[in-house]
Amino acid sequence: MAAETSNGPRTSAKICGMGHSMKRKEDPRFLQGKGNYIDDHTLPGMLWLDIVRSPIAYGKIVNIDASKALEVDGVLAVLTGKDLEAYNLHWMPTLMSDTQMVLPTDTVMYQSQEVAGVIATSRYAAADGVAAVEVEYEPMTPVIDPFKALETDAPVLRTDKEGQEDNRIWHWEAGDKEATDRIFDEADVVVREKMHVPRIHVASIETCGCLADFNPVEGHLTVYMTTQAPHAIRTVLALVAGHVGLSEEKIRVVSPDIGGGFGGKVPVYPGYVIAIAASVVLGKPVKWIEDRMENLQADSFARDYHMDAEIAADSSGKIRALRIKTLADHGYSDAQAAPSKFPAGLFSICTGSYDMEQAYAEVDAVYTNKPPGGVAYRCSFRVTEAVHCMERIVDTLAHKVGKDPATLREENFIPKEAFPYHSPLGWEYDSGDYQAAMDMAKEMIGYDDLRREQAEKRERGELMGIGVCSFTEVLGAGPSKDFDILGIKMFDSAEVRVHPTGKAIARFGTKSQGQGHETTYAQIIAEELGLPAAHVQVEEGDTDTAPYGLGTYASRSTPTAGAAGVMAARKLRDKARKIAAHLLEVGEEDLEWEPGTFSVKGAPDKSVTIQDCAFAAYTNLPEGMEPGMEATNYYDPPNLTFPFGTYICVVDIDRGTGEVTVRRFVAVDDCGNIINPMIVQGQIHGGLTQGLGPALFEEMTYDEDGNNLAGSFMDYLVPTAVETPAWETGHTVTPSPHHPLGAKGVGESATVGAPPAIANAVVDALAHLGVTHMEIPIRPDRVWEVLREKGVAI
Amino acid sequence: MIPPQFDYHAPGSLEEALGLLGSLDDAKVMSGGQSLLPMLKLRLATPANIVDIGRIPGLDSIGEEGGYLRIGALVTETALEENATVAARYPILLDTAKVIADPLVRNRATICGNVAHGDPANDHPATMLALRAQMVATGPDGERTIGVDDFFHGLFMTALAEGEILTEIRIPAPGGVGGGGADGAHHGGAYLKLERKVGDYAVAGVAVQLALGDDGKVTQAGVGLTNLGMAPIRASAAEEVLTGARLVERGGLRGAFSKVRDAIARAPDADEVIAAAAQAAADATDPVADRRGSVEYKRNMARVLTGRAIAKALARAGG
Repeated sequence: MAAETSNGPRTSAKICGMGHSMKRKEDPRFLQGKGNYIDDHTLPGMLWLDIVRSPIAYGKIVNIDASKALEVDGVLAVLTGKDLEAYNLHWMPTLMSDTQMVLPTDTVMYQSQEVAGVIATSRYAAADGVAAVEVEYEPMTPVIDPFKALETDAPVLRTDKEGQEDNRIWHWEAGDKEATDRIFDEADVVVREKMHVPRIHVASIETCGCLADFNPVEGHLTVYMTTQAPHAIRTVLALVAGHVGLSEEKIRVVSPDIGGGFGGKVPVYPGYVIAIAASVVLGKPVKWIEDRMENLQADSFARDYHMDAEIAADSSGKIRALRIKTLADHGYSDAQAAPSKFPAGLFSICTGSYDMEQAYAEVDAVYTNKPPGGVAYRCSFRVTEAVHCMERIVDTLAHKVGKDPATLREENFIPKEAFPYHSPLGWEYDSGDYQAAMDMAKEMIGYDDLRREQAEKRERGELMGIGVCSFTEVLGAGPSKDFDILGIKMFDSAEVRVHPTGKAIARFGTKSQGQGHETTYAQIIAEELGLPAAHVQVEEGDTDTAPYGLGTYASRSTPTAGAAGVMAARKLRDKARKIAAHLLEVGEEDLEWEPGTFSVKGAPDKSVTIQDCAFAAYTNLPEGMEPGMEATNYYDPPNLTFPFGTYICVVDIDRGTGEVTVRRFVAVDDCGNIINPMIVQGQIHGGLTQGLGPALFEEMTYDEDGNNLAGSFMDYLVPTAVETPAWETGHTVTPSPHHPLGAKGVGESATVGAPPAIANAVVDALAHLGVTHMEIPIRPDRVWEVLREKGVAI
Repeated sequence: MIPPQFDYHAPGSLEEALGLLGSLDDAKVMSGGQSLLPMLKLRLATPANIVDIGRIPGLDSIGEEGGYLRIGALVTETALEENATVAARYPILLDTAKVIADPLVRNRATICGNVAHGDPANDHPATMLALRAQMVATGPDGERTIGVDDFFHGLFMTALAEGEILTEIRIPAPGGVGGGGADGAHHGGAYLKLERKVGDYAVAGVAVQLALGDDGKVTQAGVGLTNLGMAPIRASAAEEVLTGARLVERGGLRGAFSKVRDAIARAPDADEVIAAAAQAAADATDPVADRRGSVEYKRNMARVLTGRAIAKALARAGG
């Protein structure tokens, strides 16, 4: 089911610009098994890399004996940290200017860390080689608990970093601490919840991998790899491997079809570097494809924020201030991929949809003996953590002051007249109408009837809960004054070329991982240029051909590269207008534009099409005009976009087993003007399911020795269609005032908004028993413990 | 996730398979590969030889014969699910098959393999305990029949000897045609499984098979438990509580083939009997704490599921 108050299309179905639910251009090849993923690539003479990984979380490497591995038929070489050290390639920088081992020379820092690379003539021989490498370790006592990592007697883990005297990485804070504390001191009501948004994993269908192909004759390196940011990766490779002769013009990074990224394919993993090093050393193409368990156990995790949150309010529940103290467990290295100036990402969006006087948030990051990371899993850099924290504790406040959680939200919403709104932590929200989304969500789900049903069921002892979440997102990083990665500004780009017959190719600096860029971007060009979207071929991911851009993550593609596409298309339309004036022998000011056609004002039968203009650009130009029909734009967004929504979830709890059933889930999103409603709905459905996962199922846990307890899909529980409820979606439309199409990002709203809606519903079902909080994932056994403690288990 | 090297054998007859098992060192029988293939890929199993019995003709039949439902070694879960006799007369088997892994795996996975693996987390063993099945093992010296109570010896250990293959499972047929019964009994069974997500191993699983007389008294009860100890568990004490107890009012049970499935009239103290049986089942468990829950949670889930499975079995017996 889907409801909408939507922008209708301006273009015909043939042109298929904004607002048309065009079927995805990429789907025929995906659905027929004709996608071209990393493991579909092969090259003559290709070798295989497989990786020896550490079974322990922390310890010294006493000896690596590769002799038996080298006896395995097909095994050619075993690379260790010592081998890479000779080239100074045994370490690498992270995108956060921390450092990380490629291969260790003496110490392993987390379980499943890469210890050695085995190069062989087949995948099977490589695996047999890995099994035959004998590594002797001297285990040390690992630091797993981030709170213990801060204790004064905790061993210092990063002894490799000069001046590092404890396990702290950085401290970040935002807001006026003193003014916030003053409000807390005098407030009528203070509520507090401690909560953990646990470590999870993107678990994309396709794992990571690459095919590195170094041509020793030309000194040219081509790397086909699963990356969401091919251009940035090329620059990083040039910066870290310049000393071994790799130069940026001789590096080509190709990101082929990608089976899901979700932030997990932004970082550079050691496997890529080992494959590249092996190809350079051996002069042969080397392929590395990690398996599912390697992917889950070693690749970057997400979340893992321990938050201690408080709200100060007056007695009626009007929020006055927010205060959050956070501990961020980054594992062995800060290997997240956030903008340089934002070590805690955009966590300062934590004040959310509510107007308040003051806020203060702080985050301390800490090292532990766990895999490095902190990637933004379908999340615009720590927004998921911020929204979960705020949306959970708002419910605690509603409970405390005895108000319905929807009503309390409404009474605290930033009113629509207040936009652009300056938040206490420094954001300028571009636009919003939070009450409209709340009204639609309540109407769709029948909120008042549900509350009546809940009251009746409570009388009978049945447990049913209704959870509300009204989130504000912050997407589309970002304006160059604040946003960069390793110094590179976070603009993005588009290059549009119209061929003589009126067909076009459009290339972008981003990279789709399944989001449907080939369709959405084509529709953007169609909207602006009046060419049928079917005639616009979209390409991304090859650094030799695409314009430079920072890639696709943080829901930034439409806000940045999409806007660049608009601006490039508008340049072409301006040129076409000049050509049309020339063809129609009138002045430019005498022309009217209908998508696809210029006509003479007052004489609509005198007209030329955009295709006529394109042909003339190559055949019949006005004097002095540069031939061709091509334009480029590098778009530096003036602000981020702030999509929002209200989600309402209904759950039933089985008092026998503790199982939570999501009976209904209504998601009303506002992402501004919508380009392709079907793709947006698909994004919402996928995002909701990826919010359901951490709310009820997914968690990456470790025992005290640092052993991963969820290292395969047997224990890392990704929801399937069976666990997924029938999502009901709706849309309100509040355009972004600064995006050229009035669009906002959308890919991540649902991942961010779903977990608190579900958690709030479960807590709401138990609220009359005195429950104010449940940690996610809300597993049946955790619920049952609460039911038993409260005496209602049957 | 890459298996080590092994030699693969695909015998065309049972005799050939038995011969290979007798002559090869370190050989492992494979039917559907549901458990063996993941163990190979994880290098938890490293047999030198695999004897794939999947191509042997004649081992894939399923049907009633001589008072038994006979399930051949190569009958897949999917074949079981699609079998009309099973659907009509052995709904507990259908319950069990439907909650194993996923449809793709069930297309390959076999019932006999599920049982022969000796994994207490597998679902069919509990059901076979409840149904009082017999296992037919074929070895170099011919066939022998092993009662289900003598079959499971512990974690991954069964009564199968080296060189023996589990070639058939025999389940006593409910008397007469239609399950309602010329033997004067009304039969009903159910398998309930609590899982963290679809396809998971059970947090707890309970199989209950009941036979009731026209007087509403239980004449025979079978209760089997999944993943609640080091081996599949028969909850004998629960069976004893149920056997002889009147759970349904006299005349409350309908005849064979009745389509009426509304609530049956329970006897006055049926709820207490069921609760006592459920508690007895929980007391029979010996679970370990893991990511599926604490010992206490699992014990309680055995209790909750047993109560629910008895209710469902009763409803089926009454229909």
